[in-house]
Amino acid sequence: MRTFLTTLIFFLLLLGVWAALTGDLSCLGLQDALWSPYVLPPPSTVLHYLWDNSVNGKIPLAMLVTLRRLLIGYCIGLLIGVPLGMLAARFKVLNDTLGMLAMGLQALPSVCWVPLACIWFGQTEAALLFVVIMGTLWSVLLSTENGMKSVPPIYARAARTMGASRLYTITFVTLPASAPFVVSGMKQGWAFAWRSLMAAEIYVSVVSGFGIGQYLHYGRELQRMYQVIGIMLIIILIGLLADKILFSPVEAWLHRKWGTGKD
Amino acid sequence: MEKIHNEIHAFPTAKLSVEHVCKSFETSRGRVQALDDVSLTISEGEFVCLLGPSGCGKSTLLNIIAGLEKPDSGMALIDGTPVTGPGRDRMVMFQEHALFPWLDVIGNVMFGLRQKPNLTNKERLEVAKYYLFLVKMDKFSHSNIHELSGGMRQRVALARSLAPNPKVLLMDEPFSALDAMTRERLYGDIQEIWEKRRKTIVFVTHNVREAVCLGNRVVLLSPHPGRLREIFDITLPHPRNVNDTELAEQATLITAALKHYSSPQDT
Repeated sequence: MRTFLTTLIFFLLLLGVWAALTGDLSCLGLQDALWSPYVLPPPSTVLHYLWDNSVNGKIPLAMLVTLRRLLIGYCIGLLIGVPLGMLAARFKVLNDTLGMLAMGLQALPSVCWVPLACIWFGQTEAALLFVVIMGTLWSVLLSTENGMKSVPPIYARAARTMGASRLYTITFVTLPASAPFVVSGMKQGWAFAWRSLMAAEIYVSVVSGFGIGQYLHYGRELQRMYQVIGIMLIIILIGLLADKILFSPVEAWLHRKWGTGKD
Repeated sequence: MEKIHNEIHAFPTAKLSVEHVCKSFETSRGRVQALDDVSLTISEGEFVCLLGPSGCGKSTLLNIIAGLEKPDSGMALIDGTPVTGPGRDRMVMFQEHALFPWLDVIGNVMFGLRQKPNLTNKERLEVAKYYLFLVKMDKFSHSNIHELSGGMRQRVALARSLAPNPKVLLMDEPFSALDAMTRERLYGDIQEIWEKRRKTIVFVTHNVREAVCLGNRVVLLSPHPGRLREIFDITLPHPRNVNDTELAEQATLITAALKHYSSPQDT
């Protein structure tokens, strides 16, 4: 409760400063806006924009379009990345080839794939998905490989002495034992996927659906900074919610089991 | 119920033998002869302690019996059958507890039982509960591993090794990381369990008193190269107390022999 209050007060203060600087509080005798609303719009305009476009369904629809792209791309990235990471941990030749490739491509911000993706797939959903997958895949692959390799060998030895087969050991011992690494890799993959999708949506217009990023792009084109800021807030909100809904429960479980994460 | 009763009240045990086993390792300091022509016979239901300083190959010998390592020459036999790999008839308890942190206490005990066919999960659960009771950990069935003390973890590890009812129990310095008080309590418990379960036990240790307290026989090994030097029969009645004077006298004798066989540069 106390933590919650501290956080709440902090954000209210932040909002207050923004409102004061942009003339929203001039009714209280405070000064007028320091800057033109084209440069920094007041919170009231932003909230107004958000409210109108939420009620008329434009923003919720854009969120849906964006989240769908994100989830599909991310899941494909996981489905390819986790098994490949497991194989790369198991076979040295894959580690030397695929592992190095992953290392290189992970260093490449996946928005760099946009020009090629547009040539290969046209301005379609597929192009955006491709960029998201490229953002997810490599970091998930690398952290899975790293996680599998970090498992203390004694676990597998113990399982073997209990008569577990190799496949059973990999599935029920090595994989859960590497969970802390794999989950942090999944989280990193999620962050990369989210960032790359936003960049791609700002960059590419796709007729099959207007995502959040595209609204931000048009906000810029039309000089509507209140729209840009409103969409930025939505992006932050989605990022936070994803973290809380998708990863927090898993991380709490890991901490409970491994006894980590306490002070 | 009948099946669980049979499962718990069966006392399988096996004769173990090691014949002319040699094993060497390549290390950064060159080739090390861990075991040099070691032969040993252990009868059914016997408690044998392998004693020696570090580097004498006692853990290597245990791993060879477990099937986790292959000897360069010679072989280990269980009831006359050569060991080719790990098997459910021989369970190993390691120095570190090796319990799985993602499973709770009973989940860990169930892991070994799941490898055993012909039991339903309900029956496995009953068996797991029985062994947790046997090691006095039944009140902690649903605890997470990191919440347990070192001694409690080794109790769970013991239950996990006992639960599939192996013929042979192989213990690799299982108490060496524990404090003295906890260890003494476990000496009492392990003797009690051995008498109840009548397993063939091979117990690796570098602690002379521990060896004398637990074993029917104490097998002395020396390092560089790892050789079997002497075998001591311990005839003191069970249960033994590690602080007993008679026990201490025997231990002094063995310690003297241990010093005799270890050259000064090994200490």
